[in-house]
Amino acid sequence: MKPKGDRVLTGTQFLDGDQACCEGALAAGANFAAGYPISPSTEIVERFASRIPAVGGVFLQMEDELAASIAIVGATWGGAKAFTVTSGPGFSLMMEHIGYASMTETPCVFVDVQRGGPSTGLPTLPGQADMMQARWGSHGDYEIIALSPNSPQECFDLAIDAFNLAEQYRTPVMFMMDESVGHMTEKVVIPPANEIKVLPRRYTRLPPVEYRPFRPSPEGIPEMVKAGEGYRFHMTGLTHDERGYPAMDWQVQDKLVRRLVGKIRDHAADIVRCEEKHTFDAEIVVVAYGITSRVALKAVEMAREEGIRAGLLRPVVVWPFPEKRIRELAGRMKSLVVVEMNYGQLFYEVERAAGGRVPTSLVSHGGGAVHEPETILAEIRRAAQ
Amino acid sequence: MSEAIGVQPVNPVEPFLRTERMPHIWCPGCGIGTTVNCFARALVSSKLPLDKVAVVSGIGCTGRVAGYVRLDSFHTTHGRAIPFATGLKLANPELTVVVYSGDGDLIAIGGNHFIHAARRNADIKVICVNNFIYGMTGGQVAPTTPTAALATTTPYGAFERPFNLPFLAESSGAVYVARWTAYHVRHIAHSMSEAFKKKGLCFIEIIAPCPTLYQRRNHFGDGLEAMRYYKQKSVVRNGANTRDVQIDLQGEIVVGKFVDIERPTLKQAMDLQLRQKLDLPPSNGGGSHELD
Repeated sequence: MKPKGDRVLTGTQFLDGDQACCEGALAAGANFAAGYPISPSTEIVERFASRIPAVGGVFLQMEDELAASIAIVGATWGGAKAFTVTSGPGFSLMMEHIGYASMTETPCVFVDVQRGGPSTGLPTLPGQADMMQARWGSHGDYEIIALSPNSPQECFDLAIDAFNLAEQYRTPVMFMMDESVGHMTEKVVIPPANEIKVLPRRYTRLPPVEYRPFRPSPEGIPEMVKAGEGYRFHMTGLTHDERGYPAMDWQVQDKLVRRLVGKIRDHAADIVRCEEKHTFDAEIVVVAYGITSRVALKAVEMAREEGIRAGLLRPVVVWPFPEKRIRELAGRMKSLVVVEMNYGQLFYEVERAAGGRVPTSLVSHGGGAVHEPETILAEIRRAAQ
Repeated sequence: MSEAIGVQPVNPVEPFLRTERMPHIWCPGCGIGTTVNCFARALVSSKLPLDKVAVVSGIGCTGRVAGYVRLDSFHTTHGRAIPFATGLKLANPELTVVVYSGDGDLIAIGGNHFIHAARRNADIKVICVNNFIYGMTGGQVAPTTPTAALATTTPYGAFERPFNLPFLAESSGAVYVARWTAYHVRHIAHSMSEAFKKKGLCFIEIIAPCPTLYQRRNHFGDGLEAMRYYKQKSVVRNGANTRDVQIDLQGEIVVGKFVDIERPTLKQAMDLQLRQKLDLPPSNGGGSHELD
């Protein structure tokens, strides 16, 4: 089969989430991917490997996830738009380079199609237990952006957003899928290329003598360069000053890491995104994301049929966390119910944001299957009493 | 004296260094600075456009080289300079990409990447300063430490067999393999300039003294004493079978250019395969030209 040479497959497609994620990356301008095979994510790079030669770009299967996750950082500094794709065990191996990409402010995307864990866990079955790892899995302090699609359509749409956010904030972005979303096949509408907003890399216009690779703009985000342009710049994972030179003192550390954290936290209002269903009059709000949000919505609708005023809040962007919205809802709710495929990760964030103003409960699931709507409904009923 | 005649003497290597970062961190008698001097001279003699040269280092004493050279330079994570360089080179094929790091970084924690980069013949130049020890962390045993040598984590002597790096490089697929000691400065510079001009994975091992942590603990004297050892015990044997160049504790060091062959690089092989199968124009199949 000769692959199509179109970067954007405009039209109505029938794709699974993994395939749609690949198409989203292509539509966002990704021209470099490095990966290592791991279920249930591999279909993304298989499709990329098939599609990219005709489109113009590179896929390289690396020797492990450490290599894949740093090859994309190298490719980014060579001028590529780059991403890597993995699942739990591979995500664990990539942690060092998520920290390195954060520290060096390298715009790139890490896709994690979550499966059951810990360790090898459930290689072919869904999980949502890497959410805290996505946030702070690498050592040291940093803030991250993470998105959570709940359909193949969103795997396409949000993959583009992930690349754009990476460029806008010069940061690695986590794309937190799960096995169910990755392997479910649905209609995916891909718009014409000229209707897709792709944020170009913000390359500096300053001459080399004036450019400082880590001097922030007023918004806290430095401009980029790439290798080979005469800037002769330096970059290191060590604590560094605006020139990128190592500086081993607490003042430079404070200035740098405060900015790395601040450039996400200070823009949280712009980054945070939630979808809400039936929250306008709800007294019970269910908080769920990814595949779980779809089951949760079913449970909310079942509750409404019983006369319980339930609603759904779905963080589309999970990190930064929509704590302001949760706080608002907590002020006028009877109860918050968190549903996730782990034993409490976002739950603790919801609880913190609610600040004890409303009871907050968790409907946990270890992964391997999605929740039953009845299980969630039972908790909604209990919370409504 | 220079002030008296109004001219500040400039070391010819200085324009290649980030002089504002001097003094460097390396100990007196360390061999790494010597290799950087050779590197600068090789850049001059090879007439490479310096804006198109990138240096990638890992972690460790030699890993600090990236921070001192006035080039696009990347100080990456421990062991991962090679896959970083692989990505950088594929994304920007016009760069000459040099990986400059130590034996622990490249061969222990980064060993898997090393053999795979050689296997795929990634077009990167790997300069490995081998001082037989982990310097930055205080003198621990390395996969290059000669058997019976003392290290902080082998206080009764190393008992493992060290890697023979040229043999490892050749058998993994490197197209250019040379070894010199820090005594052989002209040979080093010559090998480096040969490697800069050659396509594919070139590997240059440079045996260098670590007076602080290797020589002293093993009672091998200072940096100067190491130079005497290299001078007396090195044997130039160009074209030697890499199987036969294992280094023993204070034994003979076979140096020379061992391998210089032609083989398609990773990108050449990738492009060729894709063009054959997909009937693509030559400009496709790699690089980031679309974003340029």
